[in-house]
Amino acid sequence: MADSESRKVIELGYGGNERLVMNMGPQHPSAHGVFRAILTLEGETVVAVDAVIGYLHRCHEKLGEMLTYVQYPTIASKTDYVAAMTAELAYVTAVEKVASFEVPKRAQYLRVIVAELQRIASHCLWLGTWCLDMGGALGGGATVFLYCIRERELILDLFESLTGARLLYGFHQVGGTRYDIPPGWAQTCRETIALIEQRLDEYEAMLEDNAFFLVRTQGVGVISATLAQEVGVSGPLARGSGIDFDLRRAEPYSSYQDFDFKVPVETAGDCYARYRVRMVEFRESIKIVRQALDGLPEGPISSRPGVKSVGQVRVPKGEGYARVEGARGEIGFYIVADGGPKPYRMKVRGASFSNLAILPHIIPGCKVADVVAIMGSVDPVFGEVDR
Amino acid sequence: MEHLALDALAAFILLNAVIGMVTYVTLLERKFAARMQSRIGPYRVGPHGLLQPIADALKLMMKEDIVPRAADRWVYNLAPIVFLIPCVLIFATIPFAPRLGLADLNIGVLFFLAVSSLEIVGLFMGGWGSNNKYALLSAMRAVNQIISYDLPFVFAALIPVVLAGSLQMSAIVAAQQGLWFVAYPVIGQLGFVAFLVATLAAENRVPFDILEAESELVAGFRVEYSGMKFAIIQLGEYAHMIASSFLGALLFLGGWLGPGSDIPAIGVLWFLLKAMLVFLVVTWVRWSFVRIRVDQILAVSWKLLLPATLGLLLVTAFWVALRGGAGA
Repeated sequence: MADSESRKVIELGYGGNERLVMNMGPQHPSAHGVFRAILTLEGETVVAVDAVIGYLHRCHEKLGEMLTYVQYPTIASKTDYVAAMTAELAYVTAVEKVASFEVPKRAQYLRVIVAELQRIASHCLWLGTWCLDMGGALGGGATVFLYCIRERELILDLFESLTGARLLYGFHQVGGTRYDIPPGWAQTCRETIALIEQRLDEYEAMLEDNAFFLVRTQGVGVISATLAQEVGVSGPLARGSGIDFDLRRAEPYSSYQDFDFKVPVETAGDCYARYRVRMVEFRESIKIVRQALDGLPEGPISSRPGVKSVGQVRVPKGEGYARVEGARGEIGFYIVADGGPKPYRMKVRGASFSNLAILPHIIPGCKVADVVAIMGSVDPVFGEVDR
Repeated sequence: MEHLALDALAAFILLNAVIGMVTYVTLLERKFAARMQSRIGPYRVGPHGLLQPIADALKLMMKEDIVPRAADRWVYNLAPIVFLIPCVLIFATIPFAPRLGLADLNIGVLFFLAVSSLEIVGLFMGGWGSNNKYALLSAMRAVNQIISYDLPFVFAALIPVVLAGSLQMSAIVAAQQGLWFVAYPVIGQLGFVAFLVATLAAENRVPFDILEAESELVAGFRVEYSGMKFAIIQLGEYAHMIASSFLGALLFLGGWLGPGSDIPAIGVLWFLLKAMLVFLVVTWVRWSFVRIRVDQILAVSWKLLLPATLGLLLVTAFWVALRGGAGA
């Protein structure tokens, strides 16, 4: 794409030529973290946007070089802290690929269960905050938000009984998982997802029968399939724009080929299409968790011994890239190993980072209120954007 | 002279009653919203959180009062008062029971509508005087919205006026002796719904709260206000909302009429009950809708609500003419 197009500015036939430059962020109620959008307004219409990121930069790639293969998975979860399980999974998958470590079948199934539960939890938070953006903290959005948080809590409870942590888990380790499921956990998990499945119908009834929700989302922030591919968005954004691509199906990792699930695709490319994609993903994730619980094989949970010292995993010289389908899209880790206990170099591909690049292409021409609706539908997590 | 003192006393009592009502209506709303969202709501201050509004008020009084350096000091400081006055003044015309009100004007409804739309002056002053971009944008939206929604609001409020054949509040209630206006076939229900929608918009409540719009404009025109000035703006907003609920109860729900309403005390109770019902409907809508966009708000007003209320008013007028005169 040409350079001049990377920042779209549209010209409007506006009587006066006074433009208002307004900062949205870095401290702003709907900045979803610390994001600064410098909007140029003509009246209520946005004519240009400058997106400023980097407020949450924590040198993750350098940290990856400084910490051993045993230590880093718990830090990897701090990139995308809303979906920590999949971020960890991406790192350990990359290390296993470079080192050619086997992962026992049971561990692979456990990884699928937590990854899909994490997707449900992450989408819950997305739906809540997105409605909060559109409906306000003192309005209907807050109601949806609290309902979603209620469901997310249930999944966090499951994770807590599994790993002892509620936000950043350290569940995965190179070669398998660190914990096995405790007795009775599978039953609790089944009950939880059954409850969530039932509540999803309530959300859909509350939102899709609501004309105000529809006018705020339909036809807003349209991403064409071409634009989506040029910018390189992934995950629900790409699938909402008619690109039928899901890494779980295209490049199955961790035994995803064993499960039967649909990949939702919508062609409209607007906020509503992205919402629909995620709502179907909720249900597909629930289906996958059920299948994985049903077919959970017996056996060891790791091909490697339990963690005793930080330097115990050594990866032979080599390099490789592994990617997984996170809640927000493709999360990839590129690892260059030099034979020691630490990687020589690590590169993270954050899904939110690539997805956020779409904003300057679709925001100009929208109203101010659409900016937050579009931002919410992109669902960025700034830990992952800035890393 | 004695007469004047009595009037002043009545006004003093009413003013304090309004302030007390506003503080406790916030508690009602918070409890109601909490129930909707499967929460408990305020619970810690006093039994069942009953002292929460007082704690809130005390907190706001003790807050530091900050005036932004770039603000237009005069306009900025005056705005909350200018905003509050019309919001409280409209209570003057509301009769709470037969002969229990400050001034049962013969143009009561007109006075109410005229004065309540004056709040925009204070609102715009606040938005302009703050010298803040969010506040400015919000003030612009407010002017747009209030101009657009005053007309449907007036038309919807005129339907009962035409039915009763009077602008006097007590006469409108008296005309509902047989049948509340909301129970009139078709006209009454449509009129009431139109009135509620226009009320929501004229009061800047969700889903029409684009001028507060905390997810875009942070807090809109009052983003720079703190402490007591913020409290005054909040007070004005809630006072306006309660007054509109009273108006809805008077115009459509038969005011103080109800079993046993011959005794003034019971009449007042009925009236408050109905007004709170209207208020809760407004609150219910608030906590279940998302906000709509500014251009959509204007479209709803000019393309839908204005023709609908105007048509309804004409139909009502024809019907009254056919019936051969207004009144019960």
